[in-house]
Amino acid sequence: MGKDHKSTVIDATDHVAKGGLLNRRLFLNSALATTAALATTRAAYGQEIVGEGQEDWVITPGSSALEYSDRSRFEADTVKRLLPDGTEEFFNLRLTKYTARTPLDHMLGTITPSGLHFERSHQGIPDIDPDQHSLVIHGMVKQPLKFDIEALENYPTVSRYYFLECSGNSAVLFQDEPTDQSLQQIHGLLSGSEWTGVLLSTLLDECGIDPNAKWIIAEGADNGMMSRSIPMDKALDDTMIAIRQNGERIRPSQGYPMRLFNPGFEGNTSIKWLRSIYVSDRPAMSVQETAKYTDMMPDNKSLQFSLEMDVKSLITRPSNAMSLQKKALYEITGLAWSGKGKIAQVEVSVDGGKTWADAALEEPVQSKMLTRFRIPWLWEGGPAILQSRAIDEFGRIQPTRDALISARGQNPIYHYSAIQSWAVASNGEIKNVFA
Amino acid sequence: MYLHKFLIIAVLMGASLANAQQSRFGAPATQEDIDKSFWTVFPDGEFLPDGEGNVAAGRELFEYNCTLCHNMPGENDPVKDEIGKLFGVDDKRGRTNLQQTIGSYWPYPTTVFDYIRRAMPLIAPMSLTNSDYYSLTAYLLYENGVIGEDEIMNKDTLPKVQMPNRDGFINAYPEVPEKYKAKD
Repeated sequence: MGKDHKSTVIDATDHVAKGGLLNRRLFLNSALATTAALATTRAAYGQEIVGEGQEDWVITPGSSALEYSDRSRFEADTVKRLLPDGTEEFFNLRLTKYTARTPLDHMLGTITPSGLHFERSHQGIPDIDPDQHSLVIHGMVKQPLKFDIEALENYPTVSRYYFLECSGNSAVLFQDEPTDQSLQQIHGLLSGSEWTGVLLSTLLDECGIDPNAKWIIAEGADNGMMSRSIPMDKALDDTMIAIRQNGERIRPSQGYPMRLFNPGFEGNTSIKWLRSIYVSDRPAMSVQETAKYTDMMPDNKSLQFSLEMDVKSLITRPSNAMSLQKKALYEITGLAWSGKGKIAQVEVSVDGGKTWADAALEEPVQSKMLTRFRIPWLWEGGPAILQSRAIDEFGRIQPTRDALISARGQNPIYHYSAIQSWAVASNGEIKNVFA
Repeated sequence: MYLHKFLIIAVLMGASLANAQQSRFGAPATQEDIDKSFWTVFPDGEFLPDGEGNVAAGRELFEYNCTLCHNMPGENDPVKDEIGKLFGVDDKRGRTNLQQTIGSYWPYPTTVFDYIRRAMPLIAPMSLTNSDYYSLTAYLLYENGVIGEDEIMNKDTLPKVQMPNRDGFINAYPEVPEKYKAKD
């Protein structure tokens, strides 16, 4: 192409949509610019202490290895958010904090560190002794069986990468006015992990299920004994009893010592601290599938068992967690996911959806897992509205907010999946907007 | 030749038996195991326990066990309403779930009993008797305008209670009905 890659010259052919969006291969094609050799300032006489001017950590012995490592003390700001601004006092009044949101703006790649995985419980995190805990499978089965953690560890396990999203994620965007809450606060009930466990179908097969069974009813051992009904076709497909997350035993906040995991379903169905599975011919109509986790439509009918998560995406950088400091070449990056399968395509716009360009999808693109997308963007200092739009392998297209609300109204607080818009002002400040 | 075939079959059978044994680690569950971990009550009344309750006893239990977090009828503490508004939404269906009360929204009366028995009072769930939970259920249904003040709630009467929003729900599994899908 005759381009001088060393200085990343951008020419007209690189522009793929209006507003400075550039070909997604730009960064990939560019050879790394060679940095000029640093001029040496070392004296030549051989008399000075050679470590002069080195940082302490270069010239003193490092610390010992630890039995369980922590991150750098300089990363202490990367934490979950426990409450929306201004609600601290209200909740401290009577309630423990039951929600913690993942700092998506601090994340790259697709795996959420276990300690930063979002948390949601309804009555707190139980402190379960695994020696006193087992899962009982009963109901419409030939032989009711129980499985403790040791028994489960004996089975052939599967390890799969899945996203988990609370269906209440992003719910604040149903409201009339665009919130000034941060990216983390709006969208942080979303994480991705490697989950290891035993397929539920293996255990159901061992119990011998009645052919008339159509549902399972899962109950936890937490305070409040969270319960949900799961359709049998899902239970026999990819539902697992998860015992490990990112290689280690799942953490108390994620359901230690065992949880149900329904890939692609709303997070609430993946019952943590799992203790009972009742095999049934009908759903339980528990509080979490009637009074809650149902979505009231404009005609006042409510969708029930809206279990599968929609196709959705989100630009995480740049976002309202930061501001642009100078006119420069930026990488727009974010996450896309679908509860049904793989992401097929992500498009990005910087002019509020007038023109779109394909973002690069980072491999591996996995079913029911977060997919990272990226595209270069030359910001020349003018106002811009950044959006991403995901399409999954089944052709489901992430809707605009207007389209979502015209179909579903503003009563629901679950399953908000519309396109997120970040408005960049001329001074580089970024806000959540409806566009 | 026959011997050869027999040997192959024997070896195959042995292998599959060994596999089957290897992959089975469940222990028989006793009724006690099941009773301890399973608390579901179905809308048709299956698994509802013995015992019974009434509105007057429920009012007293409510005042003593529930008003740390919930308003009594007629009270308007906004913090308590935010935690969970249980009464007093006249316009049947509220703007948000926080205002979707038992009387305006919940489709099944058994869900009330199932939920409060497993989860309430918040600081001491399961600390009351089945009859107490029937009484609390009766009180909540009465204050929501669903049953009369003299009605007794037990495993026969509770499933027969007709909820105002019983027909307000549409199954969205495996697919959300077309009319509720966003279209650009």
